[in-house]
Amino acid sequence: MVIDKIKKREEPEEDKKYSKPDIPVGKWIKCEKCKEILYKEIVRENYSVCPNCGNHFRLSSRRRIAQIIDEGTFEEFKLNIETVNPLGMDSYIKKMETIREKTGIDEAVKCGTGNINGEKVVICVMDGNFLMGSMGSVVGEKITYSIEKAIELKLPLIIFSVSGGARMQEGIISLMQMAKTSAAIAKLDEAGLLYISVLTDPTYGGVTASFASLGDIILAEPHAMIGFAGRRVIEQTIKQELPEEFQTSEFLLEHGFIDKVVERKDMKDTIHKLLLLNK
Amino acid sequence: MPNNLTAWDRVQIVRAQDRPTALDYIDNIFDEFIELHGDRKFSDDKATVCGLARLENTNFTVIAQQKGRNTKENIERNFGMPKPEGYRKSFRFMKQAEKFNRPIITFIDTKGAYPGLGAEERGQGEAIASSMFEMSRLKVPIIVVVIGEGSSGGALAIGVGDKILMLENAIYSILSPEGYASILWKDSGRAKEAAEVMKMTAKDLLDLKVIDKIIKEPKGGAQEDVKKMSEEIKKEIVSSYLSLKDIDEDTLVASRYEKFRNMGEYIRK
Repeated sequence: MVIDKIKKREEPEEDKKYSKPDIPVGKWIKCEKCKEILYKEIVRENYSVCPNCGNHFRLSSRRRIAQIIDEGTFEEFKLNIETVNPLGMDSYIKKMETIREKTGIDEAVKCGTGNINGEKVVICVMDGNFLMGSMGSVVGEKITYSIEKAIELKLPLIIFSVSGGARMQEGIISLMQMAKTSAAIAKLDEAGLLYISVLTDPTYGGVTASFASLGDIILAEPHAMIGFAGRRVIEQTIKQELPEEFQTSEFLLEHGFIDKVVERKDMKDTIHKLLLLNK
Repeated sequence: MPNNLTAWDRVQIVRAQDRPTALDYIDNIFDEFIELHGDRKFSDDKATVCGLARLENTNFTVIAQQKGRNTKENIERNFGMPKPEGYRKSFRFMKQAEKFNRPIITFIDTKGAYPGLGAEERGQGEAIASSMFEMSRLKVPIIVVVIGEGSSGGALAIGVGDKILMLENAIYSILSPEGYASILWKDSGRAKEAAEVMKMTAKDLLDLKVIDKIIKEPKGGAQEDVKKMSEEIKKEIVSSYLSLKDIDEDTLVASRYEKFRNMGEYIRK
């Protein structure tokens, strides 16, 4: 896991506890990028994109699903699984409890079925608010289960990634989730089903090096940071400064690793169009 | 080998300059070996050795991560850290193995995929992902041997096999202990402590069912007797191959899928 920037560009403070009513704590938010002070409501109405500079704020899985899936059609897969803490780290369990309390979500990915302008899909949406969207046993299992469900239901698969990579606290077992999810994507491929991978800020490490890079079509939000190794690690290794645009969506597009950079406001319609053109 | 070695002791053993490398074993294990080069796309990654080998009348495709045996070699081999073209090269040979119905043996020994500017530009993440993706459905037996350091996705990229063997002192982990301590505790100086909690030794991994078998090392470690170590590896490769060779393609691929499918430590609430 390679992220040291994940804390930046948080989405506007909002109802982190999903069960609670949608009352913002403060009314204003500062855009990390252009430093403009913005009225939260305006930002939210603008898909959580800065109206001044176009900076894409981070989205929770819940809000992402609301933006992509037709209202009232999302049905979450209820797996009800929990890690057994394979390395026996007390701090890990405590940390998860705190995060669950704070965010109201139980793991770093939400999976289910839903419609995109009427087209039914299996969708997985990672959540950067939960341990940097890192992939441990539960995330790996939920993603794999969803892929197998897509095969069973003969549905296209959409995965929105945001992740620091494999989850350190579960050690080698987290690493193995890379093989597990990649193998499941291979099975989906054999079944002749469409997989659209959407990369959002940031996507790194073991997630970049597994299912996120295996889409038939790979989309990315503008200016998202995407890579395998983190910038700091690379700079320390090669002992030179990296170009400004290094590891951005635009950089990946330039080098041929993604199909298209899509603004958030256009994401739903773009995916819909791709679904129809792949029918 | 005394059993009271700590994980950190083993980290030191596998990183020692005299630890045998993949080519040392390859020379001793196989009756014939010819190295072949290049990914046909960009270049020839020197940290990845590929070739054809013969062992007891069976032809194999061999893929190995190769560290240098001295500083000069290490620079040439990029300290055993593959770039994307290394994974694309090994994939080329694996596909060829499938075409000619040849079983595959991979030797893992890397502290990770190379974190460099060019490596990122050429899609290190995509190269690793594609390697695992394709290995998971190859229709020939794949035997994986972790001989030294197996760190991160750079190791696992050639580790999706039917039988996973591991030398007694080898380590296999999500990241190097230094990287782990740095990420989790913001202090790479706590690497020794990290090594003990990461469950990276062969015994830990056997317990976690990440590997299938531990191959004993000679007294004092593999470097003490490369020939004997090679004999042991050879014996295990042969026996693994014999257990796989008559399995039909579909069953082989389905079992490999299940093997990795079942990796994960969770409970139903």
